[in-house]
Amino acid sequence: MSTTTPDALRAARDAPAVQLLDETGQRHPSPAYDPFVADLEPAALRDLYRDLVVVRRLDAEATALQRQGELALWPPLLGQEAAQVGSGRALRADDFVFSSYREHAVAYTRGVTPTDLVRVWRGITLSGWDPTAVGMATPQVIIGAQTLHATGYAMGIRADGSDAVAVAYFGDGATSEGDVAEAMVFAASFRAPVLFFCQNNQWAISEPVRVQSTGVLADRAGGFGIPAIRVDGNDVVAVLAATRSALARIRAGEGPMFIEAVTYRMGPHTTADDPTRYRDAADLDVWRERDPIERLARHLRGRGALDDDTEGAVRAEADRAAAELRAGCLALADPEPLSIFDHVYAGPHRDLDRQRDDYAAYLRGFDA
Amino acid sequence: MTTMTLGRALTGALRRSLADDPRVVVMGEDVGALGGVYRITDGLQAEFGAERVIDTPLAESAIVGTAIGLAMRGFRPVCEIQFDGFVFPAFDQIVSQLARMRSRTRGAVGLPLTIRIPVGGGIGAAEHHSESPEAYFVHTPGLRTVTVATPQDAHTMLRQAIACDDPVIFFEPKRRYHVKGEVDLDADLADAPPFDGARVLTMGDDVTLVTFGALVPTALDVAAVAADEGVGVEVVDLRSLSPLDLDTVAASVRRTGRVVVAHEAPRRAGVGAELVAAITEACFAYLETAPVRVTGHDIPYPPSRLEGHHLPDLDRILDGVDRALGRADVEVAP
Repeated sequence: MSTTTPDALRAARDAPAVQLLDETGQRHPSPAYDPFVADLEPAALRDLYRDLVVVRRLDAEATALQRQGELALWPPLLGQEAAQVGSGRALRADDFVFSSYREHAVAYTRGVTPTDLVRVWRGITLSGWDPTAVGMATPQVIIGAQTLHATGYAMGIRADGSDAVAVAYFGDGATSEGDVAEAMVFAASFRAPVLFFCQNNQWAISEPVRVQSTGVLADRAGGFGIPAIRVDGNDVVAVLAATRSALARIRAGEGPMFIEAVTYRMGPHTTADDPTRYRDAADLDVWRERDPIERLARHLRGRGALDDDTEGAVRAEADRAAAELRAGCLALADPEPLSIFDHVYAGPHRDLDRQRDDYAAYLRGFDA
Repeated sequence: MTTMTLGRALTGALRRSLADDPRVVVMGEDVGALGGVYRITDGLQAEFGAERVIDTPLAESAIVGTAIGLAMRGFRPVCEIQFDGFVFPAFDQIVSQLARMRSRTRGAVGLPLTIRIPVGGGIGAAEHHSESPEAYFVHTPGLRTVTVATPQDAHTMLRQAIACDDPVIFFEPKRRYHVKGEVDLDADLADAPPFDGARVLTMGDDVTLVTFGALVPTALDVAAVAADEGVGVEVVDLRSLSPLDLDTVAASVRRTGRVVVAHEAPRRAGVGAELVAAITEACFAYLETAPVRVTGHDIPYPPSRLEGHHLPDLDRILDGVDRALGRADVEVAP
């Protein structure tokens, strides 16, 4: 039986995290992290605000499309916008992202189009975009598996003498997976330029993070010899600063880093999930107060840097993106049946080629 | 032509591949200073450096998983799994990631990755060191699975596997590492037969004997003994287990009308099951007797002092030939 006390669990939950914008939108100075966001003048902050609003709007539209039967499934990112936008906007074009299936906002920052975001979830393909074109692998469904790919990719970056970085996104649940532990072992041993970016959204479907760990997730990295930062994942400025600081260290050749972004999954695990079965609505009220978008809006308004016209323009842009996503989604047709045989192998394959021919002949039998 | 062991032929293939393509890297447990537990990578780290012949931490899932990442970066990794029984921790990365990446990305990301695995029993080893797990990989779409029986094939097919743009599971029959044969180290790959084809080793009119890997030399012994008794056994070395060269096998079976399939792995849903089903579909009207399988039993690999009762040998395969000829006094269990 667990001997962990409620006090210890509370201590893990409330462990310090880097925060630059508090819940009221007030900016707190930080000698360690301010230099990494010195360029964030109001215009740049408004860009981040626009990103946050747009990705939340896209997420809502995709959720609606699933409810309307146009998508088979959708894993909402609601609540995690700052963790994803803040980290995604810290990356360079030649960095490479390996994500799980909820990083729609990271994909957005990589330049993935709204329509491409939903291809997978409409069930017409297993990958919505060409990874080599956007510097981001397609969504990984097996929990934690992509952390090894990121580490190997980073080993390759190092062998190539580049200062690019591979970024592995994963959740609190994934930290229990052996692959994630193995990835950190390899990354540390080979000083691979990889950033382990853990979004602790408190839930692995129905299991609260305390089932995965009674301690602080970020503390695990130290056991592998990997420095870690714990950051308020709902503070986009802090996430951007923490990610930039980690990337700078990695690019300097100092090996892997680990970031735990503390956030909250405000929606269900996926549209197939029913969180009312396992979590208290009061929890949501607490985290609604920490909303990443409202926090930045308060900060900007406090500085006189966000007026009603600008907010309206941002909302209109978000609506346009959502309309593009909807129209793009509805226009996605089912691929040709025989395309299921394509790309299984690079070249001819005796057995599969025979099966394709047989099935093609079978289908032709329906041509009257 | 040079006479060398199968193991040395593999080493030569790795050396040649490392020399020819700067994106080839070799990685695995103890592949560096030790040269691998079977010495297949002997001397390679000294020659090519620790950046290209990489001693990894002891984590098979990570060996394959990071090799996938390296391949995505444009490298051509060759992983060594130390023993057949150690591949299972990497199974998820192989089945769920490696095999699917090209299909998942509609051809945008291919993974030219070779996984070398010493395979099979007969060496008196401890548990988990004598397994024949090939069926798991043959069953997985997206992988090519091959095995070798001669030094020349070991050399040529490993180079072909490394040059292949698909992931290849490359099984090395560990009890045949010391088999000697002639190898042309300078042969041009372009002149070599494709590595997805079977090879007919002996001509015979009475029974087709299909096998692969460590049992190929045994099958040749079977053919020699049977010939003394006036029975012509046509031995087919499959070489490739996925895809199967059914054309070569079926052409032989249509001529002989009788077939025996032999492998070390357990019988249930093994490669022999697929072969017999495919042969029956393709050659039903030509078969004089039911196809016969001579395989390991459906048991966990036994302790080494009893492995002779598990592994098909000369006598058990001869018995199978007798059954295929319809003249055995041993009935096949239903």
